[in-house]
Amino acid sequence: MTASVINPTAIARPVARTVKASVSIRDALSQITTLAWRALIKMSRNPEQLVDVTFMPILFTVMFGLMFGGAVSGSTAHYLPTLIPGIIAMTTITACVAAGIQLREDMDKGVFDRFRSLPIARIAPLAGPMMADLARYAIAAFVALTVGIIMGYRPGGGVLGVLAGVVLAVITGWSIAWIFLWIGTRARSAGAVQGMSMMIMFPLAFLSNAFVPVDSLPGWLQVVTRVNPVSHVISALRDLMNDGALTAQVGWALLGCATVAAIFIPLAVRSYSRRV
Amino acid sequence: MKSGTPEAERSSTSAERAGRDGAPSGTMAVEARGLTKLFGTNRAVDDIDLTVIEGEIFGVLGPNGAGKTTMLNMLATLLPIDGGEARIFGYDVASQGHAVRQLIGVTGQFASVDENLTGRENLWLFGRLQGLSSKKARSIGDDLLAQFDLTEAAHRPISQFSGGMRRRLDLAASLITRPALIFLDEPTTGLDPRNRSQMWDTIRDLVAQGSTIMLTTQYLDEADALAGRIAVIDRGRKVAEGTPSQLKAQIGTSTLRVQMAEGADTAKAVALAAELTSNTPIVSSIGSGFSVTLSDANQAADVLIALRNHQLSISNATVEQPSLDEVFFALTGHASEMPIPETEASAP
Repeated sequence: MTASVINPTAIARPVARTVKASVSIRDALSQITTLAWRALIKMSRNPEQLVDVTFMPILFTVMFGLMFGGAVSGSTAHYLPTLIPGIIAMTTITACVAAGIQLREDMDKGVFDRFRSLPIARIAPLAGPMMADLARYAIAAFVALTVGIIMGYRPGGGVLGVLAGVVLAVITGWSIAWIFLWIGTRARSAGAVQGMSMMIMFPLAFLSNAFVPVDSLPGWLQVVTRVNPVSHVISALRDLMNDGALTAQVGWALLGCATVAAIFIPLAVRSYSRRV
Repeated sequence: MKSGTPEAERSSTSAERAGRDGAPSGTMAVEARGLTKLFGTNRAVDDIDLTVIEGEIFGVLGPNGAGKTTMLNMLATLLPIDGGEARIFGYDVASQGHAVRQLIGVTGQFASVDENLTGRENLWLFGRLQGLSSKKARSIGDDLLAQFDLTEAAHRPISQFSGGMRRRLDLAASLITRPALIFLDEPTTGLDPRNRSQMWDTIRDLVAQGSTIMLTTQYLDEADALAGRIAVIDRGRKVAEGTPSQLKAQIGTSTLRVQMAEGADTAKAVALAAELTSNTPIVSSIGSGFSVTLSDANQAADVLIALRNHQLSISNATVEQPSLDEVFFALTGHASEMPIPETEASAP
């Protein structure tokens, strides 16, 4: 920056103050935590917003378990080790969509104008709710898991394997959510976010190995499902939860999540900052 | 942004120095030159120059859609500036937004507080976001709630607040860190008269405590009552600037205001007044009177004699300094509020 002229006489008489040129990391973290608190309060006062991470996984687990179990694996009990990791991945991805919709709704409200007029880190109003949403993904994973266990799922990976699976699911939810957050900053209305997000969410969740073995698919679809990062997440979840094994699939899953985040965090932050 | 650090520090220390030496009078809170905002081909704000001096209330007056809010949003770093430049206490709005945001408080036209939180939680949230400790944020929040007469509603969610309460909470939220410059966008639009006069008192208090205020309004009496200086904005352009009395002096020396005994006589009376003064009279909104600018106060007698000669009976007549309504009309060629067609229809 060339020496820009700054009026030397200036600044505030009500309270003498020092003006900082940028937000420190520590301040930014405190702002993100504060905004996560706001999002959690919002969540607790609007419990209906938790439907997608509570009733949905129950419904899907019971429905798919009973419907597809016999056809895919011979019986429901044999199908559960395949199904439960798939349901966990699918519900976390479904839960992500809400991040974009809620951001859009939030941005349309006056309170976001105030956030933008405050000397806070630009990313904080995005990152705060994202932090609070970690709780939603964890709830989704635990609900699917619990229903599965009630139906007879006995994860071979033990407690550690299952916990590792939940952590991976939460990481996946957090990474994929940036896609929908980006859509949230671009679309004109919450309804538009919903529509566009569904078009991304459904192929992402269903064109995967979530419910059926990939071998049973036509050739071109096999290629699609193998490229889909969600397939790797589901394979990794199965390895962790069913076998307690830290396989290469876990690495691929994490790499996929990191790639999605690396692409969509900058896109979302930039588009959010420019938003009128 | 990092390269800005030494400059910002330097300027803040020199600011303290200036404070010690006695703050110079006439420090610029806002300096805008050629400020322009384009929405497509529409020049929402068109080449506006503005200067707001520290410690004053500066009024931006204009009808709906004149570009007031757009201008304010640009100065508050909420909208990118398309042309020209602006400085807030010397900091460039476009390139030093973060510094600017530390010096300003913004209260928009629509309450920018969180509907899901209570009043107390809102103030705590904004205090924390601006770096106050949890305890400090709570105590300042409680002080502000008391000051704005909101203590009893402190634990209610905002969705249950009345319009006036929301506005007060909104303003309170802008004052947590005692910003040096406060932007108020139509602070009294939609408030009932009692809340309106409370808001006026609050604004005067803030200035008495050392804040600088830039407010927009479409009410001429509000600008007249509060602002030391006024810029009149119409269709994105600044059409006049000055103290209320300077603006009034810009058009004629005085105004004749006549109330007719019979509303039906108004049209005839207006025609006579127009002929005698060669100015366009403004029909009052209730339609039974008019006011007309006089280039010479003696014309008042001419008009009144003419009315008597035509047997048009009046109930009241005064000669006074022009109101800002008339100033606005004279500056822009149209009235500031909606009943324009009526005025034009009844003018000859």
